[in-house]
Amino acid sequence: MPLKSLQSSFLKGTFYLSGNEASAEGAIAAGCRFYAGYPITPSSELMERMAFRLREVGGVFIQMEDEIASICAVIGASWAGAKAMTATSGPGFSLMQEAIGYAAFTETPCVIVDVQRAGPCTGQATRVGSGDMMQVKWGSHGDYQIIAFSPWSSQEMYDFTIKAFNLSEKYRVPAFVMADEAVGHLRETVRIPEKIEIWNRKKQKGIPPFGTEEADGVPPMPSFGEGERLLVTGSTHDALGYRKTDDPEVHSKLVQRINLKILNHRKEIVETEEYFLEDAEVAILSYGFTARSSLYAVKGLRKEGRRVGMMRLKTIWPFPDEKVSELGKKVRKILVPEMNLGQVAGEVKKYVTCEVISFNQTNGEIIRPEKIKEELRKIL
Amino acid sequence: MTETLNVFAVRTLTQKEYFAPGHRSCQGCGEALAVRLVLKALGRNVIIANATGCMEIVSSPLPFTSWRVPWIHVAFENTAAVASGIEAALKVLMRKGRIPKKKIVTLAMAGDGGTADIGIQALSGALERGHDFIYVCTDNEAYMNTGIQRSSSTPFGASTTTSPAGRMKMGQITWKKNMAAIAAAHNIPYVATACPSYPIDLVQKVRKAAEIPGPAYIHILSVCPTGWRSAPELSIKLGRLAVETGIFPLYEVEYGRYHLSIDFPKLKPVKEYIKLQGRFRHLTDEMIEEIQDRTQREYEILRERMKRGF
Repeated sequence: MPLKSLQSSFLKGTFYLSGNEASAEGAIAAGCRFYAGYPITPSSELMERMAFRLREVGGVFIQMEDEIASICAVIGASWAGAKAMTATSGPGFSLMQEAIGYAAFTETPCVIVDVQRAGPCTGQATRVGSGDMMQVKWGSHGDYQIIAFSPWSSQEMYDFTIKAFNLSEKYRVPAFVMADEAVGHLRETVRIPEKIEIWNRKKQKGIPPFGTEEADGVPPMPSFGEGERLLVTGSTHDALGYRKTDDPEVHSKLVQRINLKILNHRKEIVETEEYFLEDAEVAILSYGFTARSSLYAVKGLRKEGRRVGMMRLKTIWPFPDEKVSELGKKVRKILVPEMNLGQVAGEVKKYVTCEVISFNQTNGEIIRPEKIKEELRKIL
Repeated sequence: MTETLNVFAVRTLTQKEYFAPGHRSCQGCGEALAVRLVLKALGRNVIIANATGCMEIVSSPLPFTSWRVPWIHVAFENTAAVASGIEAALKVLMRKGRIPKKKIVTLAMAGDGGTADIGIQALSGALERGHDFIYVCTDNEAYMNTGIQRSSSTPFGASTTTSPAGRMKMGQITWKKNMAAIAAAHNIPYVATACPSYPIDLVQKVRKAAEIPGPAYIHILSVCPTGWRSAPELSIKLGRLAVETGIFPLYEVEYGRYHLSIDFPKLKPVKEYIKLQGRFRHLTDEMIEEIQDRTQREYEILRERMKRGF
C-alpha cells in the first residue's frame, strides 16, 4: 500500500477511492483521531483504512469486542476531548441504539457511518438496502434529534463525513452518514480540495455544560481534565449536570432544548439538490445510491420531451420539510423510489398534499434506471 | 465420575454424516472438519444453535443446507442465550409430558469472535445458570468471515487487516485470550480443548461433554488456511504442530481437575509452527523467542496444575 510513506495528515489531489475509503479519509481530514469499531460487512474497509491511517497521523484505533462497546468507547473518547467516530452496518447499528440515545441526551458529539445492507436482522450481508432510514431517527427511546446525511457517491462519502463531524461538533449531537452497500463499495474519483472548513467544539470556562439561556442553544463542551467540574449522566440532568430525575421542569426543558437546537436550525443544516424542476409536472424524490438511477431515468425521459424533474435529499434528518412541501405545491405527483418498503415516502406524505407514489424494491439489488423510467411512464 | 462414562472406540463412530458434504468452506478448512467430527460424535438427537460466522455462511447458502439436524442461527452475540432457551424449554416440555423423555443434546456453536468477543456475556450467563448444554467454540483466531480482522483470540504477532504488520507495528500486540480458562473459572463440570488433527481425542471429549450433566465448554482450534496464509494441505499438520509445540495444548478440566490429554516430555520449537504461516512471516527472531518463552511458561503452569490436580 502506498499509504505507508505518507507524511501529511490528510491527502490532497485526485484519488480513486471506494466510498468506505473516502469516508475514512474525510474523517482524518476533519480531525478525527479516534476510531473504535467492530468488523461488519459491508463497512469493514472503512475500519481497515482507519487502522492504517490513524497509526500514521498519531491517532488511536481500537477494535472493540462488539458494537455496543464501540459506540460507548466513542462516547468516552469524545468526552475526553477527541473527535471520534465508528462505522457499522444494520445489525451493529441496532446494537448501538441505546448508546445513541445516550449521546443525544448528554449532547455528545460523535460520528457514525452506517453502511446499510439488506435487512432486517442478518439479512443479506453483502447486498444493498436502505432500511435504516427511520431507525437512525427513531431507534432509541424518547424524543431526541440527530443529523443524518445520505451520500450518493464516493465524493460525498468524503464530503459528508467532514460535514457530519462539523455539524456534530457545532450542535453537540450524534451525526450519521447513512451510506448503503453500493456507495460504500463504489470505486470512483474523489477530488480532495486544498482547503477544507473544519469546526472545532466550543469551549468556555465556567459556563454550564448542559444548559443555555436560550431554549434552543448549544452549550460549550468541556473535556475531562480541563478543570471543570464535569458530571455526565444519561439520567435527567440540570445545566450543571446534576441528576434531577424527579423535577418535571428540568426534564421538560432539557428534552425541549435537545430537540429545538436541531429543529430551529434546520435551515442551516438541511441540503437538497434539484434537477429539471422548473417546469416539471411529475417529480422524483430520491436519496442515496438510488438517486443515481433516478437521475438517469429523469434525463432519459427529458430527452423524450417529458416534463419530469428530481429532488435529491442530501440531508435526511432533520427532514427537509419546507423544501419538500414546496415541491409538493409545484408538481402533480411525486415518485419516491427506495430500497425499503417506503420509509421516506411515508415522511414525504406528511408534508405534501399532492399524490405520493412509493416505489419499493427490497431484493438486495440496486433499483435500475429502466425500472424507475417504467414507473414514471405509468404516472405521467 | 469418569468410570461411569461410555468407553469410546473408533468403530463406534457412526459412518453417517450429519454435516453434509458440499458446503462452501475453503480448501483445507479445519473448522468444517471439526464440526463434522462433533456431529458424528453426538449423533441424531441434537439441536444446534449457531452464531453468525464462517460456519453459518458456508453451511447454509440457499437453497442448500449442510445440516441434517435441527439448526437455528440467531444473531452474532447470543448463541449461548438461544441454547439456554432451547435447553430450558426441552426440560420443561419433557417434565410436563408434552414431548417424550429422551436425551437431546443442545449444542451451541460459535467462532472465536462470537465466543471471546461479542458473545462472552451470553456465554458467561449460560455457564453460570448451569444449563445442560455443550458450547463448542471453533477458534480460527480471527474474523475470517468478514475478511480477516483481529479478534481477542488472535495470537500475539499475527498480522490481520485490523492489526496489520508494517513499519510501525508488528501485527497483533496482545496475547490470545484464554477462553478455556475463563470457562473453567465458572466452575462448570467440563471444559476441554481439542483439535481436529487429533480426531479421536476430539470425539471422546465431545461425547464426555454430552454425558456429563450441566454445561460443558469445548474450545477447538480450527486451522484456517485463508486467514493464516498457509497451504491448505498443511491444515492437519499445522493443527498437530500447534499441539506439539505447546501453543495449543490439549487438556480437560473435569470438575475442576486438570488433565493433559497428550503430554509431551519435550515440546517442539514454536518456530516450526510459525514459519509455515504467512500471517507470522514478518516476525523477528526476538519476537519468536518471546512467543517461545511464553508458550513454555504457560505449558509449565498447565503441567503443575495437572500434578496438583486443580
